[in-house]
Amino acid sequence: MIRLLSVRLLQAVLVMLAVAAIAFVMFRFVGDPVASMVREGATQAEKDTLRVALGLDRPVLVQFVNFVGQVLTGDLGTSFRYQQPVTSLLLSRLPATLELVVVATVLALAVGIPLGVLCALKPNSFLSRLTQATTLVGISMPTFVTGLLLILIFAVNLRWLPSSGRGDLVDLGLWQTGFLSLSGLKSLILPSITLALFQLTLIMRLVRSEMIDVLSSDYIRFAFARGLPRAYIYRRLALRNALMPVVTVTGLQIGQLIAFAIVTETVFQWPGMGLLFTNAVGYPDVPVLAAYLLFVGFLFVMINMIVDILYTFIDPRLRTR
Amino acid sequence: MKTYMKTLLAGLAVMVPLATPSLANTLRWSSAGDVISYDPNAQVDSFTQSVHHMVFDPLVRRNKDLVLEPALATSWEVIEPNRWRFKLRQGVKFHEGQPFNADDVVATIQRQIDPGARNRENLSTVTGVEKVDEYTVDLILRGPYPLLLNDLAAIYMMSKPWMEEHDALKPGNASTGVVTYASNHANGTGAFKLKSYEPDSRSVFEVNKGWWDKPQHNLDEVEFRPIASDATRVASLLSGEVDMIAPVPLQDADRIAATEGLKVVENPSLRTIFLVFSYRPELHAAPGKPNPLLDVRVRQALWHAIDADTIQKRLMRGKSRTAAMLVAPAVTGYDKSIDVPLPYDVDKAKALLAEAGYPDGFKTGLGCPNDRYIADEQICLAVASMWAKVGVQAELSVESKTTYFPRTDKGEFDSYLLGWASLPPMDGFSPLQALLATNDGVFGGSNADGLSNPEIDKLARAAAVELDEAKRVDLLKQAFRITHDQVLYLPLHQQPVAWAMSDKVDMPQFPDEYVRPWFAQIRK
Repeated sequence: MIRLLSVRLLQAVLVMLAVAAIAFVMFRFVGDPVASMVREGATQAEKDTLRVALGLDRPVLVQFVNFVGQVLTGDLGTSFRYQQPVTSLLLSRLPATLELVVVATVLALAVGIPLGVLCALKPNSFLSRLTQATTLVGISMPTFVTGLLLILIFAVNLRWLPSSGRGDLVDLGLWQTGFLSLSGLKSLILPSITLALFQLTLIMRLVRSEMIDVLSSDYIRFAFARGLPRAYIYRRLALRNALMPVVTVTGLQIGQLIAFAIVTETVFQWPGMGLLFTNAVGYPDVPVLAAYLLFVGFLFVMINMIVDILYTFIDPRLRTR
Repeated sequence: MKTYMKTLLAGLAVMVPLATPSLANTLRWSSAGDVISYDPNAQVDSFTQSVHHMVFDPLVRRNKDLVLEPALATSWEVIEPNRWRFKLRQGVKFHEGQPFNADDVVATIQRQIDPGARNRENLSTVTGVEKVDEYTVDLILRGPYPLLLNDLAAIYMMSKPWMEEHDALKPGNASTGVVTYASNHANGTGAFKLKSYEPDSRSVFEVNKGWWDKPQHNLDEVEFRPIASDATRVASLLSGEVDMIAPVPLQDADRIAATEGLKVVENPSLRTIFLVFSYRPELHAAPGKPNPLLDVRVRQALWHAIDADTIQKRLMRGKSRTAAMLVAPAVTGYDKSIDVPLPYDVDKAKALLAEAGYPDGFKTGLGCPNDRYIADEQICLAVASMWAKVGVQAELSVESKTTYFPRTDKGEFDSYLLGWASLPPMDGFSPLQALLATNDGVFGGSNADGLSNPEIDKLARAAAVELDEAKRVDLLKQAFRITHDQVLYLPLHQQPVAWAMSDKVDMPQFPDEYVRPWFAQIRK
């Protein structure tokens, strides 16, 4: 067990180093931050001074080693644009993203599972057909189109919900939440639906196919033959087994949502990490971009590691490998 | 699951129309980007500086006609060429109650010229500051410098006791990683107080009832919300969540103007768009051959080949102002008699090219950004096809501003599109010094393409130290006349600035694109 853990950890470190290297090299090509930092009419001397001050005059390899060294001490550098430590910048944006992701995930599960069951149990009913057709649209429509459509309908035409922002926030010390105010909750609705839509359709389709699978297995048919109540069979015997893969997928999807809420956050001006990232791309704010990629890499490495370890607990056969 | 149901129910319960009229006069406006920091010395972003002006006052400021007028300084005189004396306004108080006096000016200027200040260069000629008495201050300059007042209009006065209290006497800076209390808080003497600031969400300002000046606005509160996505920003105006958006995406302007209760205000801005030529011995597009652009007849031909009317009518929807100078009318040094474009004349262009020895034209590169200026990529496409009509083949290279400007800096293009607003000084010396003068490390900071004209260099150096305003303006005009006659640059137009707002809002628009809510009126 310990051997397995240490091998996993070593692999994780290697992956992280690779991510850092790719991030770093990639940002050599997104442009020169000095060009966007100097004022109009700056002299060459001014530009050179700034370049030296930012450490951009040194060879790429030296910059990379310095960067890794800094990261190891927990220092992700200072944002070129906001003049603030990147770590605190990311942390200040984390609550917004997490709240959005949590609501979106809950929404996806709460709507996706019942719809999936419905489609499996009554495949020919009008409602199931309608659901299947709609989810096809949902899965193929780009997020920004969904978002803008929702804004057009609910913000511009009906004027029920705000088109952007987080509304009024309640400060809980380290965490600013939108859950505790009316405008905060209203602001959550459109972005979370937008973010949840893809995941919702995924879960619905997964539940449907798993349910159909499980329902055709022997033990379910036997349960029917025994005359057990239908509700009991569906809920306790079939759905429970069908949900196993859903749990795994949802876990992995949460990582996806945190990392790729970028589009939703930009469309709704949701002040989370994704918006921070989009703003950084145009500048280019290299420390923020690098830190964000590192964070996303770290998130996925952690999630995968935890999933792997959980599997070995669930399935003893994997332990011997 | 239960939490979710509660959330949803709460959400459904509150689905009532949003637009709740408030009693106070609140102006809610939105722009694409947020303020980078509330520290005046931690950035060089002109948008950020425009928002700062709501909270802070400079010693001198621009009035409704953008002419400089006394603000926190009531008068000034040049005692010696390198020493200016300023008399300060008495009885002014900062938002948190501290009285304004000479100590604040000294501390502010020292903070501004600190080597760690990011916008150090905005006051580059000032080397020191001395307090004479409670309400008199001397600024010490490196030498005679005519544009000191222009520079001071962008230097915002901070309170010394406040900076001491919050350990913010030194400026915040990216390169040194310094973050101060002043990054997220502001205490100025301006027309509005900063009430709250949530990065990338909103800044709320309330009116400063103790402002030293007589307010020309009727606002009680200003709420600023950055919205990066163009479509969402427009949507928030249409839905009545904000009263004004600046800028308006050009493609949405007509639709907004047609919406009842909304109006679009468009005027040419200071930002002049022009083409830059390479003056190196060879072009990248034709190595080994002499550079045709070195011949003034070729440059004239390229200007004659431009159909400015088509660009103005088709690409800019009639909202731009066709230009023949590098500066807009509001900028000092502008001269109507110089601002006359070479007429669109294909035959003349061909004749000039033939005369210069290029009857069949030649090949050149043409660089262009696609996310910096209004319709930038389309303008380049149009220029390339207009040049093609006189036989000049332009190889177009279009890219994002983040990679484009580093390349223009290195002189990697044969010709390229550039914009220049002459801000913050709003003076013709800005392009003269940065674009026209030979690049020698001090002058010609944005002239990376080998342009070198001895006469212009002489004029630039003379204008830099000429304290007699009439003579100085004359020097600028001489330089611009040479620029026009020699076609050193090919000006196209001043691009428009477009804002959209509710009919109830009266907000004067300025060519420097600053939003100045202290001139705004709201009707109920």
